Amino acid sequence: MQMDRVLFGDNQFFGVNHMSEEKARAQSMRFQEGAAIIEVLEDGYAEGVKTFMCTTHERMTEICDFFRANKHKYPDYTFYPCMPYAHKYANAAAELGMLGAVRSFLPEENKLGALLRGGMSLARQDVEGLAALLIDAEMKMFAGLNTPVIFLQNVATDFLLGLGFDEAFNMFASHVRERYRAEPGFITMNAPLLQRRLEKLGIDNPIICANINKIGFRMCGGMQAYEDLIAEGRCRLIAMSVFASGALPAQQALEYVCRFPNIESIVFGASSRRNIAQTKQLIDRLTQG
Amino acid sequence: MIRAGIVGLGKMGLSHQAIVNAHPGIELKAVCDSSTYVLDVLSKYTGVTTYADYKKMLSEVPLDCLFVATPSKYHAEIVAAALERGLHVFCEKPFGLDPQAGYRLAELAESKKLVNQVGYHYRFVGAFNEAKRLLDQKIIGDLHHVRVEAYGPVVLRPKGTTWRAQKSEGGGALFDYACHAIDLTNYLIGTPIAVSGTVLNSVFSNDVDDEIYSTLQYSDKLYGQLATNWSDESYRKMSVRLNFWGSNGRINVDRQEIQIYLRNHDAADGFTKGWNVRYTTELTRPVWFYVRGEEYSAQIDHFVHCINTGSTPTSTFRTASDTVLVAAMLRQDAAQARTAVALPGAPGAGIPVAAEVRRPRSFMRSLFSRQ
Repeated sequence: MQMDRVLFGDNQFFGVNHMSEEKARAQSMRFQEGAAIIEVLEDGYAEGVKTFMCTTHERMTEICDFFRANKHKYPDYTFYPCMPYAHKYANAAAELGMLGAVRSFLPEENKLGALLRGGMSLARQDVEGLAALLIDAEMKMFAGLNTPVIFLQNVATDFLLGLGFDEAFNMFASHVRERYRAEPGFITMNAPLLQRRLEKLGIDNPIICANINKIGFRMCGGMQAYEDLIAEGRCRLIAMSVFASGALPAQQALEYVCRFPNIESIVFGASSRRNIAQTKQLIDRLTQG
Repeated sequence: MIRAGIVGLGKMGLSHQAIVNAHPGIELKAVCDSSTYVLDVLSKYTGVTTYADYKKMLSEVPLDCLFVATPSKYHAEIVAAALERGLHVFCEKPFGLDPQAGYRLAELAESKKLVNQVGYHYRFVGAFNEAKRLLDQKIIGDLHHVRVEAYGPVVLRPKGTTWRAQKSEGGGALFDYACHAIDLTNYLIGTPIAVSGTVLNSVFSNDVDDEIYSTLQYSDKLYGQLATNWSDESYRKMSVRLNFWGSNGRINVDRQEIQIYLRNHDAADGFTKGWNVRYTTELTRPVWFYVRGEEYSAQIDHFVHCINTGSTPTSTFRTASDTVLVAAMLRQDAAQARTAVALPGAPGAGIPVAAEVRRPRSFMRSLFSRQ
């Protein structure tokens, strides 16, 4: 399975901005309506950015509806869902407690049946069954869409990595492969550590999405460990936060990332067609060169 | 290797477990919680030794330090038991609910020369530490006003089922949320000498406060205002922001960035007259392992460093007790009869109100009831 060189991210749509709360709020206002998001995605498509790497935020539902309804216009549009949307769980955990939070996110359809299954999974400590139900709940909105890679969000990946709950990575990988015929992907802030752990578990050459930028921002383990990881070529890397939240000028930032042939893809977010076009063209140029 | 145990495996306890377990200088020996479900899953999948009774854990497992992340009302008892056994202790905020009990624990820890730290993680955020550095060197001159705000989405419905919604359990935005803002302000400019005009309001909760407003006094020249509200979902997550005004300018700071306005400036320190902005990307120091923000990892690394070197943490039982003391002052002030200047002719306005948690917007309603 080939991944596109340039992937589109979603932070800008959901008020996530690591530089400024003001900017984050302005973006939340601008993208309050799904139509505003769709317009940017259509612009991206026109510029050749055809994969949307997106959090399983509840607002994604209407974006998915749009691309399902317009398959004729965007037949090759691709989603890389990233789950879970962590704040949803964290807020629910504060309000309902740990188990209450898990229960509240079990699938809506067939609520009684799913609840019973969920309840049984809970009771039997069948974590694998429960994980499958939660993954299915998050994936529901993508039904009928092209989702060749499904990611575990960094909060979840790194939390499990820290706990040493390694079996969860296998559960995620095998469910995603079997049920969705998709490749599992892992977003992390600790890529060198994660790669070694996944390899030990027998998850070979995994897709790992991590911060890779010229100033080493949120590259835990240090830049050297990251550059070694890249050089080893034992995982398929997607570079995110290449601009380090805007701290780096585009040219400089992309020159650094494009220096490494082992980095397969680059994910970035933008709010205007001009920005998307510039970044896409710059990556294409630096990649060929 | 420092041998560690954890008591209380809610959101914070599990987060600590992930970070502690990944720390190269700590060996996680055992964890304890009242939920056997959580314990069974952890034991089965991570192999950690689990206990349902912390006393049993303390007596059976040789430890060097203990992390306490239970609901607030159990902090004092568990911390005391750990100190008695000679363990270094990292306790979650607010650090109990009674400042005097907190000071007694601080004395006990200090007399036993044990490292004692409280999880006020904002003290480990790069931008706030830059604010501290600049305030300490008086870059904006003598302060005359500070505004502290903390907003976020915690309680968004009338019915909460966890301890956070129970006053008797230490719930409520004052002790569970505003304490972060109070502690950070204490860290940056010191503890207030008086509080007044405090309002503890309910927005959704039946039993506890959801928003707190108060005037804080630091000296005869420096006053501040505190505003916190945990029922504001327009924020994606908790947001703490401080604004300082001084004789030579102002500082605005949150976890992302620090903006410094200087009326006059001629030192060769990289700052110029007018606006200066620094971002988190340049102010944040890297951590060895990241789960949910550098500060959560940094505070645990700091605890380990203090154990290894015998140094005093940035956030101690004593500083945390100062914070709980200010919270207690706010609660006392809110419960006192207050004076207010009434809008002439407004029925009900200006009548002293004395209630710990007032019903939603009763004061505002009485003010505007003429309209």
